[in-house]
Amino acid sequence: MKVTIDGITIDVPKGTTILEAARMIGPEVAPPTMCYYSKLKTSGGYCRTCIVKVTQGSAANPTPMPKPVASCRTEVMDGMVVENTINNDVLEARKGVVEFLLINHPLDCPVCDQAGECSLQDLSYEHGAAKTRYEFPRREFERIDIGKYVQLHMNRCIMCFRCVKVAEQLTDNRVHGVMHRGDAAEISTYIENVIENEFSGNVIDVCPVGALTDKTFRFKSRVWFTKPVDASCDCKKCSGKVRLWMKGPDVLRVTARKNMWAEVEEFICNTCRFDRKSVSDWKIEGPSPIHRGSVISQNHYNHLNELKVQVMKQQKALGFMDINKRP
Amino acid sequence: MGRKLLIHNDKVPGINTLEVYRAHGGYASVEKALKSMQPDQITDEVKKSGLRGRGGAGFPTGMKWSFLAKPEGVPRYLVCNADESEPGTFKDRYLMEKIPHALIEGMITSSYALGAKTSYIYIRGEYFYVARILEAAIAEAYAAGWLGKNILGTDFSHDCYVQVGGGAYICGEETALLESLEGKRGNPRIKPPFPAVAGLWGCPTVVNNVETIAAVVPIVNMGGEEYAKIGVGKSTGTKLISASGHINKPGVYEIELGITVEDFIYSDEYCGGIRNGKKLKAVVAGGSSVPILPTELILKTAKGEPRLMTYESLSDGGFQTGTMLGSGGFIAMDEDTSIVKNLFTFARFYHHESCGQCSPCREGTGWMEKILKKFLNGTATESDVELLWDIQSKIEGKTICPLGEAAAWPVAAAIRHFKHEFLEIARNKKFVDISHYDRLNLIRA
Amino acid sequence: MGSQVHGAQKFDEAKRAATVFSDEAMKTVQTIISHYPPERIKSAMLPVLHVAQAEFGGWLSPETMDYVASILKVKPVEVFEVASFYTMYNLKPMGKCVLEVCQTSSCWLNGAEDIVKYIEKKLNIKVGETTKDGMFSLKVAECLGSCGTAPMLQCGASYHENLTYEKVDKILDDYRAEGKLRSYTDLDYKNTL
Repeated sequence: MKVTIDGITIDVPKGTTILEAARMIGPEVAPPTMCYYSKLKTSGGYCRTCIVKVTQGSAANPTPMPKPVASCRTEVMDGMVVENTINNDVLEARKGVVEFLLINHPLDCPVCDQAGECSLQDLSYEHGAAKTRYEFPRREFERIDIGKYVQLHMNRCIMCFRCVKVAEQLTDNRVHGVMHRGDAAEISTYIENVIENEFSGNVIDVCPVGALTDKTFRFKSRVWFTKPVDASCDCKKCSGKVRLWMKGPDVLRVTARKNMWAEVEEFICNTCRFDRKSVSDWKIEGPSPIHRGSVISQNHYNHLNELKVQVMKQQKALGFMDINKRP
Repeated sequence: MGRKLLIHNDKVPGINTLEVYRAHGGYASVEKALKSMQPDQITDEVKKSGLRGRGGAGFPTGMKWSFLAKPEGVPRYLVCNADESEPGTFKDRYLMEKIPHALIEGMITSSYALGAKTSYIYIRGEYFYVARILEAAIAEAYAAGWLGKNILGTDFSHDCYVQVGGGAYICGEETALLESLEGKRGNPRIKPPFPAVAGLWGCPTVVNNVETIAAVVPIVNMGGEEYAKIGVGKSTGTKLISASGHINKPGVYEIELGITVEDFIYSDEYCGGIRNGKKLKAVVAGGSSVPILPTELILKTAKGEPRLMTYESLSDGGFQTGTMLGSGGFIAMDEDTSIVKNLFTFARFYHHESCGQCSPCREGTGWMEKILKKFLNGTATESDVELLWDIQSKIEGKTICPLGEAAAWPVAAAIRHFKHEFLEIARNKKFVDISHYDRLNLIRA
Repeated sequence: MGSQVHGAQKFDEAKRAATVFSDEAMKTVQTIISHYPPERIKSAMLPVLHVAQAEFGGWLSPETMDYVASILKVKPVEVFEVASFYTMYNLKPMGKCVLEVCQTSSCWLNGAEDIVKYIEKKLNIKVGETTKDGMFSLKVAECLGSCGTAPMLQCGASYHENLTYEKVDKILDDYRAEGKLRSYTDLDYKNTL
């Protein structure tokens, strides 16, 4: 099947979604995603960041689709023509979605462990507006510990449903889910309950924001001060292929390996994630390739340091991070 | 007097019982269908009748039926959408409460046409007492052999059940309804697949509104062509209109499609004019989600032609100067009505009813309500009008299900036609509630 | 959204053990379940939750929901998800009679706000609260399909329409005199017009 996305034509197998086809072409035309996760069945369609315009439905039926469609849940038809980055309506609509996702987000990046590898940060940076138009109090929830290792910070959640799908598809006893509805909806266990399962830690990796974080890594370090290293072990429960985030000789945290779309390659077990925090537990394979444009890939901030020096020269007596003060 | 096909017997004492209903010609369509018609013939008659979905979208019913997949060995279902929740709409409740057998007869005849051995009536939970009325009618129908095994000695067997909902407007959306019927949260499904291919429990399913199913009865009885003679153009047959607001005679009216809006509002046969001799200010013609129109545009189209109660005439002029027939929830507002405050009640409604699945609706509906609240508090600024407009434009068409549009359209229409009211509040920094509640005032005095 | 309870709730094992349907309620539940294919009994969730709410004091405690989960053979979290989605399930204890006043467009055009204020004053409670004697709770509801007979309120299965202050007085007096728990599942509903 032939599909044309932003003027580039590619041949894809039947059943491929527009998003997958766009990813095959490359990151330049691939729409951003917040809820879609290729490894989780029935994921996607909720966040609406990946919407695109179908200007020609198929070769057989060339009429355009009336509304923008979620590219992650729309299958390609032969001869379909799609506009993503070249369509201003799409970009404007996406800007709207980013704004909706942010109006109730606490914007507490300075104290959020996800900062630096947060899909919402990347999305806002690439597609959002500089200023908010929202002037009302933001939604607030209590922080809850769900189990020994995972903390739920509901304020930051964007309702992508990925963690629910992990629990459904990777574990046999889902104890957390989506409660209430509308903008009062929340991820919760409802009754005090712990997520206790050998694969439960994967909810941390699939969370696109800092709503589910690793308690063993909490406030240990900003991610960009750690070095990602691919490692493996002979694990009986999972593939044992992980990524170690190191500071000097210390393993500060263990995650699954993620690809260029910020999706894990293989889910890992809790033993690998939480209990193997020593270099001697692992066979080191080498530095991890970090593909996307997060600060981690800047590899070690020479550029940032230069920038900092320049800024400091211009703004004396003003802290670099002190964003609230103006010269 | 216009012809009535659905609620012509509503005032007959005991019409809720099988005995009286039968004495007035009830269940004739089942006899005719099962004894003398093939299932596809009924679908053909429905196609010929030009019947369009009465729930709001107005999709041709015969076409919807013909999309139903019929794979071997897979059960098919008919589901009746009795989750009537669109503000301003109460016609289905009236029909089910007064003449429950009209719906059940339609369910049997339609199920025969679709080859459905089981059907469900999904009724909103708030209508629990109506569900009791339906259950009693179903029990009567079973006892008399209209439901159950080998109906009328044919090999057609059918079971019909009532399920109550739990309180959620979104379950009126057909895929959310199916989720709810499956015992889940009422989150609309991402389409495709459509219910005609994968509906209830993944089986082919047709979901039709109460009035649509009830209309199948007269269509089978009189023939599709005869039915199509009523009405104008592609708006055939009769339609139940729920009339409310500042009119002399609120209630449910069955109209022949094609009467003028003016006639509907002012004639004594229908609404009987505006209460207390006031002037009409605006009308929401088809349930809360359709665009509100000021008097001059609801009575006449932009071209100056009389506006008719039809799908086509009401939508004449698009959203710039027109609206939609929708569910037939007709809300009339008199000259003392604050459009801004009425809009606030709509915005509050959609915020309350958003399922929370997709971001534009989840976040946008609440935001719009908060901004409208500023108008009621007198703290809104002129830029808030622009902001509201921008937010609604970013919800419309970007969501999984039509609730996004339903929430956006009323905001857009109110600003389009009554911007001066918003600006006046913003400039004066003051909201004056000019609405009158005459019925209550009587008691106060 | 008066009935919402956010965050994790406590769970009482003893209370859970004591949560069992009466024979009559169980019969109703079994009838409901029989409406669905045997492998699809989760579909009975909404109606069974209504029966459970009426049976166990007018609200759904975590223990009640856990019990429903065991009957429908689903995970407890699935019941919590569903119960919290819909407005008719109370997740905290309520008064015997829950008054739900419709506040959407047509009802508002006809004075629903004044009805709410009147009841608030009369019962000395605010929307979302319960009277000290546990008799009444006051809620506001979105469109209940009674626009032609506005304003209106619902209590249990009963619709009270074309409200005036006098009618509200009478309705409250009658419920108080009756003094019993009113549920959506009541067979003896008594609508007033």
